[in-house]
Amino acid sequence: MSTSQDPGRGAQLRLSSVGRDFGANTVLRGVDLQVPAGQFVAIIGRSGCGKSTLLRLLAHLDQPTRGRISLGAGEAAGGTRLMFQEPRLLPWARVIGNVEVGVSDANLPASRRERALGLLVEVGLAGREDDWPGVLSGGQRQRVALARALASRPQLLLLDEPLGALDALTRIEMQRLIERLWLDQGFTAVLVTHDVSEALTLADRVVLIDRGEIALDVRVDLPRPRRRDNPELGALEEQILDYLLDGANKDQAPAAA
Amino acid sequence: MTTSTSGVLPVEAQQDEAAPRREVPTWLKVLQVRVADAGAGWVLPIGLLAVWEAAARLGFMAETILPAPSAVLLAAWTLLLKGELFTHIGVSGARALAGFAVGGLIGFGLGLANGLSNVSRKFTDTTLQMTRNVPHLALVPLVIIWFGIDEGAKLFLVALGVFFPIYVNTLLGILTVDPQLVEMGRAYGMSNATLFRRVLLPGALPSIFVGVRYGLGIMWLTLIVAETIAASSGLGYMAMQAREFLLVDVVVLAIIIYALLGKLADSVARALERRSLQWHPSFRAS
Repeated sequence: MSTSQDPGRGAQLRLSSVGRDFGANTVLRGVDLQVPAGQFVAIIGRSGCGKSTLLRLLAHLDQPTRGRISLGAGEAAGGTRLMFQEPRLLPWARVIGNVEVGVSDANLPASRRERALGLLVEVGLAGREDDWPGVLSGGQRQRVALARALASRPQLLLLDEPLGALDALTRIEMQRLIERLWLDQGFTAVLVTHDVSEALTLADRVVLIDRGEIALDVRVDLPRPRRRDNPELGALEEQILDYLLDGANKDQAPAAA
Repeated sequence: MTTSTSGVLPVEAQQDEAAPRREVPTWLKVLQVRVADAGAGWVLPIGLLAVWEAAARLGFMAETILPAPSAVLLAAWTLLLKGELFTHIGVSGARALAGFAVGGLIGFGLGLANGLSNVSRKFTDTTLQMTRNVPHLALVPLVIIWFGIDEGAKLFLVALGVFFPIYVNTLLGILTVDPQLVEMGRAYGMSNATLFRRVLLPGALPSIFVGVRYGLGIMWLTLIVAETIAASSGLGYMAMQAREFLLVDVVVLAIIIYALLGKLADSVARALERRSLQWHPSFRAS
């Protein structure tokens, strides 16, 4: 229900029995997933369940051993952008230069700068364009990374636990910022996280991956912005956590860590 | 306050004098500290010079062993008037720069090539590391046979000496660029050229500067040896000629000029380093 924004901007994503092996070790068995344009999907699971591998496949940083990944083009031609766990800003480029990394080289320098400045305003860092990344706080660095990721108007934004290292308050601020920009721009978003409540706050749909397969696929049809004390949200969180913990009991060996 | 009003005149006068000093202590203190900081480094050399001059004047040291600083200064003035001094400095400087440019560019180029391409590294690195262990000054006799005492000999030796530190540090710099940033560059669709310009080269720059400064040291060292052994102009030649005529003051002058030129080259490299590494916490202006 919350995919009410312009669906033309985002890309459709279709994964058919995607698998990835590392040597003899099968990390992803066969993942089938269809994401309509503009949807916000959260992928959760225990560490080592293959969720980051899946994201790297989507970002073309890695190739699947089996299966196909296809991306139906949306109207925007900005392609796929990935926001990493760490900000990964270039320490030798000023904030504005780092955001310009995300803008295509095809643009003229002046229009690249203008676009980058506009995004810094969007993420609440107006006036910081000439600072070195080294002087920013952790949350501000992730904001710059977000501005860089959105600078090319991507159709698909991949988020690899980008808020994991932030303090609780900054985390909530960043979640709101991501939600607002997603509603504004209508890209398709895939968020990998191990935080169930973060997934439920942001996503239209929560996909749980267990032992390399999709174990649970839950729609979250709740109005936005979602309040943390919403009882429906609490019930969903219980359901997912129960599954995660029961899974751990059923299969002790790999979950020992 | 009460003491000042009830005090006798001389006391009051003393306090009036003291009052302004208490009101402007900040800039005065800063100035004092600055002068002390800048001056501290020079206390020892100036003191040594004074002792040296005194020892020479008082006849503790024979003129033929170590002439007084004033005598060296006089020799510099005489040579300057004859125009010889600048010619020699110019010749030596040109040799140093040419050798540095040739050796530095080859070292930089090979360092980049081997840092960026595994094929190139596998093919050449072992050979380069083996030759690195030969002291380049051991080649002097061979170089004289090859090039005589021409400019080629000096150029070859300086270039060879400068090559290795720049090669090793450029290679190291490229290889140690944060792989996460390289992955980011690729994920953000950078072409190889853009990746090099925006990520690899700036990331390797701190290490490259270390190589440049090492290279500058080796540049002077090599040049001094080469000019002393086989040359017909330049500072080393000037010193060797002076030795033949027992002009110890000119020999000492040549040594001092070498020291000053070395310091100058290092200062220029440092200034460049500070300029291009502004982002680096160690170089950030306070």
